[in-house]
Amino acid sequence: MSRLDLSGIDPRRKRTDRLARAALAGVAFLSVALLVALVGTLVVKGAPHVTKTFLTSYPSRFPSRAGALPAIVGTLLLGAVSMAAALPIGIAAAIYLQEFARANRVTTLLRASIGNLAGVPSVVFGILGLALFVRALMLGKSILAAGLTLGLLTLPIIIVVCEEALKTVPRSMREAAFALGASRWQVVRHHVLPYALPGMLTGSILALSRSMGETAPLILIGAAVYIGYMPGGLMDSFTALPIQAYYWAQDARTAFHDLAWAAVLVLLVLVALGNLTAILLRDRYQRRYKW
Amino acid sequence: MLFLFLSASVAAVATVGIFLTLVLNGLDFFREVSIWEFLFGTTWAPDFFPRQFGSVPLLKGTFLIGIGASLIGVPIGIGTAIYLSEFAHDRVRRVVKPAIELLAGIPSIIFGIVAIFVISPLLQDWFGAPVFNAANATIMLGVMVIPIITTLAEDALRAVPREIREGSYALGATKWETTWRSVVPSASSGITAATLLGFSRAIGETMVVTLAAGLVPTMSLSFLEPTQTITAFIANRAAGDLPTGSVEYLSIFAVGTVLFLITFVINVIAQYVLARQRRRFG
Amino acid sequence: MAIPQRPQTGRASKSAASHPPIFRVRDLHVHYGDTHALKNIRVDVPERQVTAFIGPSGCGKSTFLRCLNRMNDLIPVARTTGQVLLHDQDINAPNVDPAALRRHVGMVFQKPNPFPKSVFENVAYGLRLEGGVTKDEMHARVQEALEQANLWDEVKDRLDMPGTSLSGGQQQRLCIARALAVRPDVLLMDEPTSALDPIATARIEDLIAELRQRYTVVIVTHNMQQAARISDHTAFFYMGELVEFGATKQIFENPRDPRTEAYVTGRFG
Repeated sequence: MSRLDLSGIDPRRKRTDRLARAALAGVAFLSVALLVALVGTLVVKGAPHVTKTFLTSYPSRFPSRAGALPAIVGTLLLGAVSMAAALPIGIAAAIYLQEFARANRVTTLLRASIGNLAGVPSVVFGILGLALFVRALMLGKSILAAGLTLGLLTLPIIIVVCEEALKTVPRSMREAAFALGASRWQVVRHHVLPYALPGMLTGSILALSRSMGETAPLILIGAAVYIGYMPGGLMDSFTALPIQAYYWAQDARTAFHDLAWAAVLVLLVLVALGNLTAILLRDRYQRRYKW
Repeated sequence: MLFLFLSASVAAVATVGIFLTLVLNGLDFFREVSIWEFLFGTTWAPDFFPRQFGSVPLLKGTFLIGIGASLIGVPIGIGTAIYLSEFAHDRVRRVVKPAIELLAGIPSIIFGIVAIFVISPLLQDWFGAPVFNAANATIMLGVMVIPIITTLAEDALRAVPREIREGSYALGATKWETTWRSVVPSASSGITAATLLGFSRAIGETMVVTLAAGLVPTMSLSFLEPTQTITAFIANRAAGDLPTGSVEYLSIFAVGTVLFLITFVINVIAQYVLARQRRRFG
Repeated sequence: MAIPQRPQTGRASKSAASHPPIFRVRDLHVHYGDTHALKNIRVDVPERQVTAFIGPSGCGKSTFLRCLNRMNDLIPVARTTGQVLLHDQDINAPNVDPAALRRHVGMVFQKPNPFPKSVFENVAYGLRLEGGVTKDEMHARVQEALEQANLWDEVKDRLDMPGTSLSGGQQQRLCIARALAVRPDVLLMDEPTSALDPIATARIEDLIAELRQRYTVVIVTHNMQQAARISDHTAFFYMGELVEFGATKQIFENPRDPRTEAYVTGRFG
């Protein structure tokens, strides 16, 4: 006696299921398509103008002679300064939070403030940089001021990345060291840190990529619109690729718009190189430590 | 050891520092401009005489573009997240997920350049829009916030325990029904947090709106008209030289405070919501 | 050993004729990747009786349970071959929709898994899937299910409270009500009381004894005493094989296979 119909549920439900799957796949595909379109547009519009002249010349009134050399150098310099400022503090903060901090109100507050700092708009960092580094500390519109500001901006990312690296240290390693009578500081310095350092550094490259792409803080701090010379020291005026692109894009002459595309293409290449390096290094170190 | 603790405190100190910088200078601003006018005035004209500092147009611009961007980014972001978490084959995941991460790494200036040189001409052709308009920025910001929303929403969906799905399947639900009726509701806190953080990112962004949205703050709610946001105002104003102490200089701090407070509150709510999700399933 | 058994309510007859098989399983094999988890299972599960699956951990009893409502389909590396006939229909036939099958064969899990919804919405979940149920009908069906699960009196004033606010035992009865709301023929239970305290366990065991009047109950349990207390028939699994199947009294008092005897006398577990 078979009174069961097992061949199917309400066809409307099956249809909804199929439609939903298709729609979701479509949306995901759209996300990827948007990325491809974005990068593709950049390449199509920018590549023709990334010439040797572009890469080796200074900005000029004449588009055919204008180049982004100081901007490229500026971007790299700013990246270096921001990392030099943020990395030691970020690593130290991560070590404190992971290895030494106890679970109390203060620690919760510290973590919350790191999370909050991560969400502060970049232009507000620019305002802080302007008021604190440029004016109050009288560093002027210098590479140092901009680098410190960018360092502060990327600090939360670095802390998160370093904490992640510290978390990968196997507990057995720590326990073995403690069992041999090492103090907490010794365990950190001789065992945990060397193990986690590669991961910290590779993760920080991602933060570096992020800081190279920031524009708003640089506008606030006072990036130069026109630099005819190579920056000589930390207190010199500066420019950077995003800023240069920004000003070229606002120029009334459309020839400069082409240069803006070229500039952001170069910027994207730098950022992509940074991210790629970080991912490759991360994979290499993960494999090395798989025991 | 003290050094370590101090390093960890830098973030807290910085947050306080930002707040103090904004508020103290903001207070100087309000010595010259009435707070009533600032909060409720509907004309923002710092360069005309008589000067007016009603911030409502700037707020309107900020929220109009922020909400518009969310309307684009949230459906695409959450849809992608659901697809990645519940439906995608491994092979597809390995393509889509890195693509999303790449999208996240693209500097905002690039979105700004695309907005003004690609989107704007399109809108001019199709809709007769002016060169600068809110839609340019809204569209590109919508795309820009997709990765943040996708990543957080996907984490939330993956955190939903297997037993919830099994319970639904055991009752004869299809995969979509299980996803929509039991998994997504279980992940609602995380998805809400994702939406909030996406919105917060959109209103805090500067380059896209500065390049493409316009220079004039208006009260118009039309997307096809130019508008200025808080961030664009700050960037435009700061591009020139500002004598310290002048009311133009101080106006940056006043609107900066408003922006900071808005994003701060949103982020605090989002973190609270995320913590609640972790407590439920952690 | 003498087994204290629960009093049989309703039809006391245990003759095979009054309880024809609802499931007929032949030549069933299940592979998880390279692991051969179930070997050549052949059994008839009688209708409107409580059948217990017992055996040591990893013996395949849960895997077999999940074959009966095709929950193994959710595991990508699982491969099932053989026949499982539900009322003479092969549930693994290509034209069978597992979702339709699961309306007739419900499941309750080891750890209570109420949805993050109200008590009412938990029970109504399955009903809402089908649609076409009026508001009054919905209330009536939800109440009926909660009454059958012996939970109605405890929650009738709290229907809007979250399902997760109930105690562990109540949550499990909620999950039972949720399964019963769609009026299945069979209720599969995968170690339903192993996460509960003894009092909650006893209440669910009482409930199972009542449920057999309307439903076929198949219960996996690692607790032999529980199997002996509540089931009419018992199947003993060992290392992926169905070693012995028979009336519970016979399995525990007079096992035919030496492995069965070793297990029920506690020589291994």
